[in-house]
Amino acid sequence: MLNEYQTVTSISGPLILVESVDDARYGEMVEIEIGDGSIRHGQILQVDRDKMLVQIFEGTEGIDVDSATVRMLGRPQELAVSPDILGRVFNGIGNPKDGGAEIIAEKRLNINGNPINPYSRDYPNEFIQTGISTIDGLNPLVRGQKLPIFSGSGLPHDELTAQLARQATVLGKGEQFAVVFAAMGITFEAAQFFINDLRDTGAIERAVMFINLANDPAIERIATPRVALTAAEYLAFDRDMHVLVILNDMTNYCEALRQISAARKEVPGRRGYPGYLYTDLATIYERAGRIKNKKGSITMVPVLTMPEDDKTHPVPDLTGYITEGQIILSRSLHRKAVAPPVDVLPSLSRLKDKGIGKDKTREDHADLYNQLYAAYARGKECQELATILGEAALSDEDKKYMTYANEFEKRYISQGYSENRTIEQTLDLGWELLSMFEDSELKRIRVEYIKKYMPKFRKQ
Amino acid sequence: MSETNTGTIVKVAGPVVIAEGMLGSRMYDVVRVSKHNLIGEIVELKGDTASIQVYEDTVSVGPGEPVVDTGAPLSVELGPGLIESIYDGIQRPLNELYKVQGNYILRGSQLPGLNREKKWHFKPVIENGTSVSGGDIIGEVQETPILLHKIMIPLGISGKIEGLNEGDFTVEQTIAAVTADNGQKTEIKMMQKWPVRMGRIVKRRLAPESILQTGQRVVDTFFPIGRGGTACVPGPFGSGKTVVQHQLAKWVDADVVVYVGCGERGNEMTDVLMEFPELKDPRSGQPLMKRSVLIANTSDMPVAAREASVYTGITIAEYFRDMGYAVALMADSTSRWAEAMREISTRLEEMPAEEGYPAYLGARIASFYERAGSIECIGKPERRASVSIIGAVSPPGGDLSDSVVQATLHVVKVFWSLMGKLAYQRHFPAIDWLTSYSFYKQYLPSCFKDKEQGQEMMVLTQDAMSLLEQEAGLVEIVRLVGSEAISPADRMVLQTSKSIREDYLHQNAFHEVDTYTSMEKQYEMLKTILHFHKKGLEAIENGVDTEEIFKLEVRQDIARAKYIPEKEMDTIIKIRNKIDEQFENIKCEVKIEARKS
Repeated sequence: MLNEYQTVTSISGPLILVESVDDARYGEMVEIEIGDGSIRHGQILQVDRDKMLVQIFEGTEGIDVDSATVRMLGRPQELAVSPDILGRVFNGIGNPKDGGAEIIAEKRLNINGNPINPYSRDYPNEFIQTGISTIDGLNPLVRGQKLPIFSGSGLPHDELTAQLARQATVLGKGEQFAVVFAAMGITFEAAQFFINDLRDTGAIERAVMFINLANDPAIERIATPRVALTAAEYLAFDRDMHVLVILNDMTNYCEALRQISAARKEVPGRRGYPGYLYTDLATIYERAGRIKNKKGSITMVPVLTMPEDDKTHPVPDLTGYITEGQIILSRSLHRKAVAPPVDVLPSLSRLKDKGIGKDKTREDHADLYNQLYAAYARGKECQELATILGEAALSDEDKKYMTYANEFEKRYISQGYSENRTIEQTLDLGWELLSMFEDSELKRIRVEYIKKYMPKFRKQ
Repeated sequence: MSETNTGTIVKVAGPVVIAEGMLGSRMYDVVRVSKHNLIGEIVELKGDTASIQVYEDTVSVGPGEPVVDTGAPLSVELGPGLIESIYDGIQRPLNELYKVQGNYILRGSQLPGLNREKKWHFKPVIENGTSVSGGDIIGEVQETPILLHKIMIPLGISGKIEGLNEGDFTVEQTIAAVTADNGQKTEIKMMQKWPVRMGRIVKRRLAPESILQTGQRVVDTFFPIGRGGTACVPGPFGSGKTVVQHQLAKWVDADVVVYVGCGERGNEMTDVLMEFPELKDPRSGQPLMKRSVLIANTSDMPVAAREASVYTGITIAEYFRDMGYAVALMADSTSRWAEAMREISTRLEEMPAEEGYPAYLGARIASFYERAGSIECIGKPERRASVSIIGAVSPPGGDLSDSVVQATLHVVKVFWSLMGKLAYQRHFPAIDWLTSYSFYKQYLPSCFKDKEQGQEMMVLTQDAMSLLEQEAGLVEIVRLVGSEAISPADRMVLQTSKSIREDYLHQNAFHEVDTYTSMEKQYEMLKTILHFHKKGLEAIENGVDTEEIFKLEVRQDIARAKYIPEKEMDTIIKIRNKIDEQFENIKCEVKIEARKS
């Protein structure tokens, strides 16, 4: 039985207040039928005796106090799932957008999910080969990890995520892989770029897309990552698939959250974002992971644009506290036409040590990335010194490190968006670059590995 | 007391529920909310209206549903079975929940904190007929190979004890009875309850007078924490806060470790859960899990339970303290706890202070850290014990002017400042030696069996610290005018402080030997580094070129000293002899050179 009310008393921003209701329950869904017969969707944010506060996903334009009919659905927000969702495109709250048929639900799942019991989690330790050297070689991604890309306006994060979605595989196993893509407030162009890229490579067959464009209602965005993760959880833990979830762009999501918070007249935290932003982001990011006795996994790559490339802005800052590392894109590398412009030094994968080494990638991997990293850090310093004092002021050794840094950027970091390198190719390239140094300078690598992998020893 | 109050919900806003008809309920009583049976706590009373913070998701809860008062404040169950457990913020056992509910934590589940079926072997330590009172130890249970769980008389009970017998009991079975002077008889069980927001009673508080050793060189040598002391570890993300916390939880020389994962990553708790049963305690050789209690309220679990989790942790810590043990509590991270407080406060529509935090933030933080301390326990036999608290703070953007950091620094006595800059250079632990501080330094000698060695260590640490301070000044000069412009002695200072930083302070948590360094080894290592410095300065006075000194091959040995196992400590002493020899050699060379010219 559905109860209907025509008692909307006030409308302000995305919120409406309905009075004299007697069965409102927190968090449940309502439908609003407006004058022209169209239907909007909303969620109950607060219930106070017989009054309820509802946020309208599609916006409140055209709703009037007089004739709008509010229908209580008596259930929380749900997503219909079945294996047929693969290959489909949905809007930000999970309704088909591609003109195809409605999904015949195998089951309906609450989009908020439930927290994973830490006891039932399995530690992420399977290496994912992305074919991108700066990730595979220096900041390896493992299954069940959440590794965001910190980007900025005008940086090519779309190309990088598309490359990731196209190339990511797990070594030596023919397992089922799926991509869930959630677009929040990105442009039509950016979304279409991604869809076309998947279509061209045939990957669209194993992708599910939830698209909320920049001109779609902002409030809808609050549900988009949750809807996408519900689909991902279904595919991963009911259908045994390894799911890569891409959330683009989380900054837009947080802005939508701030908008609702402001409309509710809540006490703002830093930069006007609500005080519960950390908790809210955590309930999204923590849905990545592996679960004991389950074959599937959820690996998450959220993308966010840092306003003014500022890492201490609340969105990247709180994200960094929840996720297991970050890949940071650099504007100066981008200007030098390094593609993808991954800023290696501040990027970090917290779970790398568990996913690499013998039987996973190669025994020399850990030593090698330490050495590459250390040499590049030194080379960068020399680059900076050279711009201040001039190249002539550098010692011969400093010059060598500077040459290395330039080569490293040109060959190791800059690989373009279509080259798919195997982990062996990435590792061997690292050795090739290091071969410009004397063996005794490579202090971070065990001597036996130098003997085994250094190109000059290998040829013999 | 006997009849339970039942009220009706009138308002729901996220984790805060307001109910009417609650007259007779008391502040902080635990209530059961709605037909879903969610756990909540009364945080505000106005007339017969109560504001309730609910520890679980309130979706689908609406006005008209019932609220039942349990008549008791939020309490934890204390008794055998705590060790090796993993709890959520309100002491629900996660491993048991996993068996019952599977992979996700569902709402409204009720599981007791202590296992009701398991039998423990109880051995009395006093005779029947003895007069006992609250806090007296009446018997023991060997809970794990390294933890003897002492059974104490709950507070408020006194009289003659009867019916004590050795045997196997569950935590709920009666193990004895106490008859008071007025004839009232109370049955004693191994399990007792205690409200989490109230500190457990002690006889007397004492000043800390010894050091809690951690095996981490930068901590033990420069910024030690006292037994019963408090420490704070703030740092931006990626600066290694959690690794520091894990290292301390692993190697600290406490009898019991309570680790509270408060609003942190799920995978990190999984790491702890998988690693602790494998790692061996360097002293007892037993798995670390055999002395640990874990509380995991990860960031995706309900926010109100996160607020409670640090109280649950400290109450369990105090219970073990009362047995006479040294207990260490790690809270990672107290910022998440403060944020939970802020979230609840906002929903209660309280007036905010700085950054939206409630005005009582400072008071709450202070009273939490004040529950640490070195104490004399209540009851017989007389015993001294301590609880030390190490709290991580995650300030936004690494900014130390953040309210939580500042409120914490008001009360803690040790400050380990983690620097993003050091972490970038891969210098771990990234504890900055210039800004960190400790008020417990003077107790350092107490760590040594040999008194003289202890005094010498004090001198060594002061020397090392002054070198590091000189370095900070010299580096500025070098940057401006180049290293040729400073005196050879200053160059030696730079070289030695580099050695202190790289060969001593830098410690690899993932290396099997380097991960833990005993106090004695720390002494030998530091002494060796400073011995080289002394010899170097002498040589410079005798006209030896600094390049000659820096080329000495013995410096390799100094750099590798950290990888020498504890058992082979003599090797480090031998390095000092080698230093003497090599300096003797260059001195000879200099003389020959001088004669030639």
